[in-house]
Amino acid sequence: MRRILAILLENEAGALSRVVGLFAQRNYNIESLTVAPTEDLTLSRLTITTVGDERTIEQITKQLHKLVEVVKVMDLCEADHIERELMLIKVRAAGDARQEVKRTADIFRGQIVDVTAETYTVQLVGPSDKLDAFLRAIGDASILEVVRSGVSGVGRGERVLSV
Amino acid sequence: MAEMLSGGDMLIRALQDEGVEYVFGYPGGAALHIYDAVFRQQKVEHILVRHEQAATHMADGYARATGRPGVVLVTSGPGATNAITGIATAYMDSIPMVVISGQVEQQLIGTDAFQETDMVGVSRPVVKHSFMVKEAAEIPAVVKKAFHIATTGRPGPVVIDVPKDTTAPTVFAEYNYPKSVKMRSYNPATRGNGRQIRKALAALKSAQRPIFYVGGGVVTGDGSEPLRRLVDALGYPVTNTLMGLGAYPGADQKCLGMLGMHGTYQANMAMHEADLIFAVGARFDDRVTNNPAKFAPQATVIHIDVDPASISKIVAADIPIVGNARLVLEEMAEQLKKDLDAESEDDKTQRAGRLEKWWAQIEEWRTEHGLNHNLAPDPDKPILPQLAVQMLYKATDGDAYVTSDVGQHQMFAAQYYHFPEPRRWINSGGLGTMGFGLPSAMGVQMAFPDATVACVTGEGSFMMNMQELSTCLQYGLPIKIINLNNQALGMVKQWQDMQYGGRHSQSTYSDSLPDFKTLVEAFGHVGIKVSSAGELEAAFATAFSAELKNRLVFVDVWVDPHEHVYPMAIKGGSMRDMVLSKTTTAGDA
Repeated sequence: MRRILAILLENEAGALSRVVGLFAQRNYNIESLTVAPTEDLTLSRLTITTVGDERTIEQITKQLHKLVEVVKVMDLCEADHIERELMLIKVRAAGDARQEVKRTADIFRGQIVDVTAETYTVQLVGPSDKLDAFLRAIGDASILEVVRSGVSGVGRGERVLSV
Repeated sequence: MAEMLSGGDMLIRALQDEGVEYVFGYPGGAALHIYDAVFRQQKVEHILVRHEQAATHMADGYARATGRPGVVLVTSGPGATNAITGIATAYMDSIPMVVISGQVEQQLIGTDAFQETDMVGVSRPVVKHSFMVKEAAEIPAVVKKAFHIATTGRPGPVVIDVPKDTTAPTVFAEYNYPKSVKMRSYNPATRGNGRQIRKALAALKSAQRPIFYVGGGVVTGDGSEPLRRLVDALGYPVTNTLMGLGAYPGADQKCLGMLGMHGTYQANMAMHEADLIFAVGARFDDRVTNNPAKFAPQATVIHIDVDPASISKIVAADIPIVGNARLVLEEMAEQLKKDLDAESEDDKTQRAGRLEKWWAQIEEWRTEHGLNHNLAPDPDKPILPQLAVQMLYKATDGDAYVTSDVGQHQMFAAQYYHFPEPRRWINSGGLGTMGFGLPSAMGVQMAFPDATVACVTGEGSFMMNMQELSTCLQYGLPIKIINLNNQALGMVKQWQDMQYGGRHSQSTYSDSLPDFKTLVEAFGHVGIKVSSAGELEAAFATAFSAELKNRLVFVDVWVDPHEHVYPMAIKGGSMRDMVLSKTTTAGDA
């Protein structure tokens, strides 16, 4: 079961390493991790996607709470939420493929953000599975480089994670 | 205006303001400014050990016996890494400890400087929290937070890494020791949820085959007194974990002894057959439950713990209660008293009837395969290690602080010494650290100079920290060391006997053991060697005599090298699956 955990963390040196260390130490999985300060510069917001059964996720949440620098933890998947990931993908775009890449990018509402005679760099934003689908549509042959930001997420409606 | 102090002086002043009596430590380059501050004051006494691991175990023993945090001071690099085993030991058993480690100057951090180790990084998985001091001015606040975190909630060790430049005698800052701590991200649980408590009480009252399963959390959380009220009001059986021994008096008839891998037959059987398990301050450790899938199949589980992550980690709790053991148990004991006062005669009679049946069953188990606490010395046979512990119990009137190392002797001590009070039994339960016994006994003796402190050890464990005999002489610590000498790494050898066809791979060294009597005499202490059961009583009488009250006495008891610890859980089975002797087993396995 894939889960997205949103974490508010004291924006202090070493705090991130405790979170990452916890996952390694207890043999939990990290599929992706994003982190940046929030509007309140004393806080960082992390989004971690992880995989585990209900009991594992419960343990992860509890163990995260035990870290002194963790202020709040929310499992976004417990209710409606929005997840977004940004991908920059550089593809070989020459000859016939050039039109095809452009069309595929349009279908996925991607933007071409850099162009050379031989390549396109496409920027794509969406849930992770949409990004996966785009990669499948483009096909391995033409991909030069893929850069994914990891998932960021937020609860829908009035659901808010703040101090 | 506030006083201006150097970082080194602030650190020591902060320890004074925390009411710290002793700091256990060892000096070195990066900690020298701090050591100079130690020299220029009298309030905090520094105890100089012979190895940093021992400093952490001393602080640990002090903390376990008193309930107050133990404090350690070491230098950077090897000083810090030597402390790691002791920090991990304290972490696994939730012992409050503050470890101050010197660090190289900040400008040198990351350059592989002499005696540089990333202490915050190395210690991270085995601390509750850690701090790296950035400037002298923040030292008072950091120390305050460290003590607060170490001692509240589920206690644990906290490291403060102190770069040398922040303690320089030439840099001054204002010293104000904070009166309180407020951290938005750290709010440990205290009181339990009232609704859950009422649910738990209802389940307790209506149980057919209840048992109290009491762990170290009741000791560290000071919950022993309300636990006794609760148990005594109901008359239910109690079993203690290795860490919980003494939380309920071991000699009481209601106490079934320790449970788990080497628990008593009656405790393990009662757990397996129970319809209600009242777990408090216990964490369903794998050394207790055996196979969790086969654990207590009929039981409703009430689980009280200060750490929510301990609840439903191994065994799902039906009635979870997050809170401090003392506060939750107090509330329950008070509520129960009211409930029982208001209870109808009919209900009382019914409960008494159910209980009578349950106790009859338990007493049958106890009679059938319970431990024999009245072993008689047989001069013609090798000394049974169990007999030595039983003799120790008698020689000390059951009133000693007993520390132990790790292995067979630890289990024999846990099985055969009945502890009347919490904080009397001091051992490394979670990490299982050999070398813990002597230094932890030293910490206990520092805390209680007039108390009888015995260290039950084995020759293997003892040799891991025996250099501390020198420290014992320096500070006049009259510890009584009972060395159950089986000339082998007994527990390893037992496993090899039982599971590896008797192939004693690297577990024996009988031709190269020192003469312990001469060894301890060389350190300036008293040594007694006992090689036959007939001499045992006299040896204990001498060791605990008034004449030797102020001396460290080492009793080297040559015990039967072939003895095993029983019962022993059968791996993969339920709690009733046990090996009871070299020829008998119980259960289905």
